[in-house]
Amino acid sequence: MANMISDETIEYVGILAKLELDSEEKEQAKKDMGRMLDYIDQLNELDTEGVEPMSHIFPVNNVFREDEVCNGDGREITLANAPERKDDCFVVPKTIV
Amino acid sequence: MSLMNLTATGLGEKIKNKEISAPEAVQAALDAIEAKEAEVNSFVTIDREGAVKRANEVQKLIDEGKLAGPVAGVPVAIKDNMCTEGLLTTCSSKILGNYVPSYTAEAVLNLERAGAVIIGKTNMDEFAMGSTTETSAYGVTKNPWNTGHVPGGSSGGSCAAVAACECPYALGSDTGGSIRQPSSFCGVTGIKPTYGTVSRYGLIAYGSSLDQIGPVAKDVTDCATVLEIIASYDKKDSTSVQRDSYDFTSALVDNVKGMKIGIPSDYFGEGLDSEVKEAVLNAAKELEKKGAIIEEFNLSLVDYAIPAYYIIACAEASSNLARFDGVKYGFRTEDYNGLHNMYKKTRSEGFGAEVKRRIMLGSFVLSSGYYDAYYIKALKTKALIKKAFDNAFSKYDVILGPAAPSTAPALGQSLSDPLKMYLGDIYTISANLAGLPGITVPCGMDSKNLPIGLQILGNCFEEKNIIRAAYSFEQTREYKYSPLA
Repeated sequence: MANMISDETIEYVGILAKLELDSEEKEQAKKDMGRMLDYIDQLNELDTEGVEPMSHIFPVNNVFREDEVCNGDGREITLANAPERKDDCFVVPKTIV
Repeated sequence: MSLMNLTATGLGEKIKNKEISAPEAVQAALDAIEAKEAEVNSFVTIDREGAVKRANEVQKLIDEGKLAGPVAGVPVAIKDNMCTEGLLTTCSSKILGNYVPSYTAEAVLNLERAGAVIIGKTNMDEFAMGSTTETSAYGVTKNPWNTGHVPGGSSGGSCAAVAACECPYALGSDTGGSIRQPSSFCGVTGIKPTYGTVSRYGLIAYGSSLDQIGPVAKDVTDCATVLEIIASYDKKDSTSVQRDSYDFTSALVDNVKGMKIGIPSDYFGEGLDSEVKEAVLNAAKELEKKGAIIEEFNLSLVDYAIPAYYIIACAEASSNLARFDGVKYGFRTEDYNGLHNMYKKTRSEGFGAEVKRRIMLGSFVLSSGYYDAYYIKALKTKALIKKAFDNAFSKYDVILGPAAPSTAPALGQSLSDPLKMYLGDIYTISANLAGLPGITVPCGMDSKNLPIGLQILGNCFEEKNIIRAAYSFEQTREYKYSPLA
């Protein structure tokens, strides 16, 4: 395998992805990602010199509009999905210790 | 024969003519589901009460002359990644296991305005990531042709529900082939429209630059009719396109005289099952007999579509799925220590293996130091693929090929080797990268009695060409009902 994924890389990707992997999952992730990158590397055969990267098929422009409220009060229906709520707020664990 | 064995427009016609009522149609769907779900498992949620109530309302509007569309009163199943107000929407994930949306997706609203009755939400690969519907957190969906085989994915539930005649039609979504491939495996018809044609508002995002909603049904007429209803320009979707025309049904014409059909020789090489190849080439011959001009050509770059796709789709997924953090909706882990630990544990427990694999890959290709080598490279490859299609469509009206390299694999064969599963997307994936419309229609059976699908691709905004070609081909054969129909 050409792409050897290090423990540090998997650790770092785990931070970016906000995922907590146990040691078995980490080993599997290293293997899967290495194999996928080996496969993806065939793109290097392709000469893309001077090619403009295409993020959208059709031109995308900024659209400006007045910032007017056009929806009603969705407070109850929105908060109904909250894992934890208090009055009209979402409850999250303490962020400043 | 159940009413569910009719096409959606056929049933709609009977409702319009007062031969059948909307509540009777819904009851027939619920009875069919009751009888078949244990074997197929197409649905995550069945909304018995809501459907009956809605059918009565719709019937009243029909009686008052306020609803007269082609699918008024006809039951429909919706893939579980489209938000439905007040009705559980899980994306077949544990992390959305209790999510009840506060709004309805625009495409589904368009259907409701036309009098459709939602009977339930269909099973899928978790967050639409997979090709077999085996990554669902709510059990595997079986192929109605042979319950030892997968229905394909990710819209496997929608396609299986149609093939099993649990409902006359359904909505699916297609990011890399997720409508066209399961339609092929289940022997039904499905359309992925030009990117931007159907609003993505309320579709839970996987790869935003690739996702499109489309219809799944028994025939081309139903698909074109439903597409006409769900397609609309929508201010709430920043990538929605204002099209010149939203007429698709006028292309339901049995005439391909002079139509130029390109057959990419690179879609018929190594890896393609010989029975699939034969059936697809026979379909081309049928169209040739009807006066189409068939020509082989070299599309090029086919092998590069899959790596480019997985970089782009995973990158977008890693960003889109960052919102699932256990704060505003969905699952939250029970034991945690502080905010970041809560995020991490919630996501690790809430997502399945394939979703985590793609979030990890996406995070990696977007990370500093790798962004240019992977992500930008993939976007440049996409530009080249788009150009290859532009060249092809300067010569041909449509491109014809298989939808998948094989028929439906047996259950449990695919997930152990993700890369091998990804390679199965080879014929469908480029259409998403290039934004093209595509349709799958059944074109034969293999020796295992599993359906084979024909895929027809068109240039952007040229749905009419693929609908005309597919409709003309469809006239050459009878619709085949699955053993569970």
